[in-house]
Amino acid sequence: MSETSRSTSDPLGQGQGITFRQVLLVGALILFAIFVWMVFAQWPEWLDAILISKKAFLSAILNGLTLAGLYFLVASGFTLVFGLMRNVNLAHGSLYLLGAYVGYEFANWTGYWLLGLAAGFLVLAVVGLVMQVLVFRRLEGDDLRQTLVSIGISVVAADLMLAYWGGTTYQFLTPSWLSGAVFLPVVTAVRSNGSEVFLAYPFYRLVVLGAAIVIGVGLWLLINRTRIGSMIRAGVDDRDMLAASGVNVHFVFAIVFALGAGLAGLAGVVGGSALSIAPGEDVRYLLASLVVVIVGGMGSIVGAAIGALIIGLAEQIGLVYFPTYGVVLTFVIMVVTLAIRPQGIMGRSM
Amino acid sequence: MSDISHPPRDGATPGKGWFESVGIGHLLLGFFLLVYPAMASDFFLTQIGGYSLILGMIALSLMLLAGYGGMVSLAQITVAGAAGYVVAIFGENNSGVYGFGWPWWVYGPLAILIASFASALIGWIAVRTEGIYTIMITLAVATACFYFAQQNYALFNGFPGYNGLRAPEVFGLNWRDPVPFYYLCLANAVVAYVAVLYGARSTFGLTLQAIRDNQRRMRSIGFDVTAHKVFAWWLAGLIAGAAGILLVWFNGRISPGTIAVGPSINILVIAIIGGLRHPIGPFLGAVIVTLMQTFAIDIIGAERFNTLIGMVFLVIVLISPDGILGLWERFKPRAGAEDWRSSLGTSAGKVENQGRKT
Amino acid sequence: MTMKRRTLLALTLATSLTAPSLALAQSDPIKIGLLATFEGAFTVLGEDGERGAMTAVDEFGGEVAGHEIEIIKGSSDASPDSAVRAARKLVEQDGVEILIGPLSGDEGIAIKDFAKTHPEVTFLNGSSAAQDTTLRDPADNFYRFSTDGAQWMAGLGDYAYDEKGYRKVATVAEDYSFPYTQVFGFMAEFCKAGGTVPSKSWVPIGNKDYSSVIAAIPDDVDAIYVALGGADAVNFLSQYYDAGGQAPLLGGSITVDQTVLTAKGRMKDVLVGTPAAGPTADTNDSEAWKEFTAAYKKQDGAFPSPSLFAHAYYVNMKAALLALEEVDGELSDDQQAFRDALSSLEFETPTGKVSLDDNRNAVADMYLTEVTEAEDGTLVNELVKVTPQVNQTLGIDKEEFMALGAVSRENPSCP
Repeated sequence: MSETSRSTSDPLGQGQGITFRQVLLVGALILFAIFVWMVFAQWPEWLDAILISKKAFLSAILNGLTLAGLYFLVASGFTLVFGLMRNVNLAHGSLYLLGAYVGYEFANWTGYWLLGLAAGFLVLAVVGLVMQVLVFRRLEGDDLRQTLVSIGISVVAADLMLAYWGGTTYQFLTPSWLSGAVFLPVVTAVRSNGSEVFLAYPFYRLVVLGAAIVIGVGLWLLINRTRIGSMIRAGVDDRDMLAASGVNVHFVFAIVFALGAGLAGLAGVVGGSALSIAPGEDVRYLLASLVVVIVGGMGSIVGAAIGALIIGLAEQIGLVYFPTYGVVLTFVIMVVTLAIRPQGIMGRSM
Repeated sequence: MSDISHPPRDGATPGKGWFESVGIGHLLLGFFLLVYPAMASDFFLTQIGGYSLILGMIALSLMLLAGYGGMVSLAQITVAGAAGYVVAIFGENNSGVYGFGWPWWVYGPLAILIASFASALIGWIAVRTEGIYTIMITLAVATACFYFAQQNYALFNGFPGYNGLRAPEVFGLNWRDPVPFYYLCLANAVVAYVAVLYGARSTFGLTLQAIRDNQRRMRSIGFDVTAHKVFAWWLAGLIAGAAGILLVWFNGRISPGTIAVGPSINILVIAIIGGLRHPIGPFLGAVIVTLMQTFAIDIIGAERFNTLIGMVFLVIVLISPDGILGLWERFKPRAGAEDWRSSLGTSAGKVENQGRKT
Repeated sequence: MTMKRRTLLALTLATSLTAPSLALAQSDPIKIGLLATFEGAFTVLGEDGERGAMTAVDEFGGEVAGHEIEIIKGSSDASPDSAVRAARKLVEQDGVEILIGPLSGDEGIAIKDFAKTHPEVTFLNGSSAAQDTTLRDPADNFYRFSTDGAQWMAGLGDYAYDEKGYRKVATVAEDYSFPYTQVFGFMAEFCKAGGTVPSKSWVPIGNKDYSSVIAAIPDDVDAIYVALGGADAVNFLSQYYDAGGQAPLLGGSITVDQTVLTAKGRMKDVLVGTPAAGPTADTNDSEAWKEFTAAYKKQDGAFPSPSLFAHAYYVNMKAALLALEEVDGELSDDQQAFRDALSSLEFETPTGKVSLDDNRNAVADMYLTEVTEAEDGTLVNELVKVTPQVNQTLGIDKEEFMALGAVSRENPSCP
């Protein structure tokens, strides 16, 4: 049963074109080989001249990967909610920011960062549930009004959060086992006395990357290997048929919305610990998720991962190598994607 | 074709006398707007009157796209900003970058033209997708333009933007003086309003609405859906562009902040609060929002202005999808008291029942 | 005919707009507009600016020469557009005769430009510190008794070169005019002394992730000059710590202020010993500063120590009140007497003597400080030295200074 449904529906999973994927695969392999050489070889002068330094380049790549992890956490909820409910929740950034603030308060109160993390997820899952039940369910089927309402919520939420937490910046005090730099087994330079300089990288960011991968795999398993997952996939394909087959659609919707909001809240705590929490972050992460899912394809978890990877890397590489227009780069990628493949890399054609 | 052949919703049908078709309400409103300068202080004339008309025009361009074309755009302020930047670059500014000092009758039309093509370009990107996607994509495009303007010093003069943009003096009048500026805004707004009102009943207007209602059908009939939509964007660009010129004359400046995410959402808020069903809606919304924006600091303090406006917006969207116009439709006094009774019937009945129970 | 109804509705609404025009006749109280950021992310700073201004008003008992001082607040969100809109409301609707503000650099340039269209009103700066508010194309009716961002850097470049022995310094700053001005002020001295700046990183506004920027800073610089404020400074410092940064730091005026020093985090190691310069110093032992701090603390919600913004608003408000006192509150004749009084005003502020130059920009003392760890473990800015009476051209001949050109990403340059 699950076997057949996986191969037929698959909207949240794989793309369809075999040849397209093969081309992609070959290209990726070549790039990967070059990349491996760049990581482990000692750089010749000319490469240093082009890319500033091995340290700068590798740091940008690693930062891009960790940022991609963060973006994935935020965007996966957004794309799940859209995929199932056709609900473009433009208050998703507000959920991120609220999660960060809530997590901060809890971490401060209890003294445990991990409790803050849990609170960020749980409280926001409840908030998401309430939003879905009280607001969005009433407007079911009216995509435009749902979106407009989410804009209104985001405006009000941003202002109320500003009223309560003020304009100051908050920073999590991450536990000591998470902070500080670790040395990666990658030589960035050789000193004149022959000793090797290893690449130092913040440990916390590696943890973020790892957590994003774990959560991503978890989501994939949830959607592809569980009963609720098969309901979600069925709902994405045909909402009415799912309802007709006796499944409580509203229950599925509520679960997915809570999950999406919870992930945004979790991402808020994770992101707020890597960087900081301040007003305006809501819009930033909303836009990031928008671009990520437009590039990756609306409604696809794998698409969100690919989109996050592209956008995260582009942003960090842009910041180092052409800081002036680095911010614009991500949007250029988006427009190019739209021009070539309007439904996004992993999206289904509309 | 039956459902698209009748004119949009309401209003007078062509064929009646012009007086009939213009309507008494329009005449009264027109008269009021014409004599408004005699009653209002300079501040009310420009800061409320002129500014509302400008914002109303930008929101009108959104109303055109959303109301008739079903495309909700968050990039209208970007289009207006494009015109504004053209004015800054080709007209005069005192930021020491460009400012070619061309006369207004050259840079004005040029600004509107460039804005309209910018709008068509955004539209061309946006119409590749449908429905709610349009909101997301136009939001992303608007943000990209904002960032680009903020980072680019060669063309946009970066974060500070352009200062010292002055309205020209024509016929010995400084068009930024309160009364001339008000009438200038009014004239532009009326032209745009009438154009949209009557344009909606033109062949193109009706086709656009038919596409909004059923795109697939129109495509199979043989209409070039994309071309129609992009043309609608181009037309909306003309209105937003004209408003953009007025906006920079009004502010005397333009900077990336003018075209940031906040202002672009503000335009949407204005259009939705006013109502998307009739071209008067955006202007109504603009007056309400401008009044709230200006006097919120005196009443509730500026700090919570956004909560107020956001709440109003939410309430409008939740209870009346057609904005203030929709509210008016719902509660307006109808001919004869029967409508009143029928609309109040249910609640009155309930009260009676309760009364009986106790 | 629903349309008629609709337009009638518009009409009813519009009628409510014809509020009677306000009579702007010269009445007894003097109306002063106070423009600051009371909305958006800079609300906290704007409120502290207000505290500073009100400290000055309270000092005068709320009246000058028998005229009551009426303060009318205007709010911006730190964008130039909103500042102009608020200023226009204060001038055209509320009829203020004197306007004090705004808070941030590009707002200042916009308000200067707005001032030219209202020659009948006198404008005094709030805390905005862009150079060109007064240096190039100034407005005759705009006065700045606080100083600009380049002046604030006085003494730091020489100190870094002579005392610290730095020869190569990289800079990291946000990508807009105020940081340009600060970097300019630092480099003007440092490069003149013989130092070089091989790498300048301009980080886009709103960026919170500095780790890639940090990694791209050349390894062979002696120090890193950081001109970031508040949240950005905290982000940079903690990420610099996380990345295991080794090079010592130099700070801009808002990089190592109290908000940053008191922020939680493990960046103490990288902060101690960081020199910075600005118009105020936390640990200023002078009587005038202590009195000012005491008076400031009487305001609601005051910080332990007045911020740079409170200080700037205080100085400008006090200048306005002193000049008003001198002319007995007489603002007729296009405020000519009042403006003459302002131009020739010279007074003692909590941070020393202030007077104006020909462009109506302040000449004032600047403070060079260094972050030290106090006995109780907290970080404080210790006063190292005072650079007396810094003018806008930083002691350089005016023509020579103007030839250096306007500040930008590329200017100045000494790689």
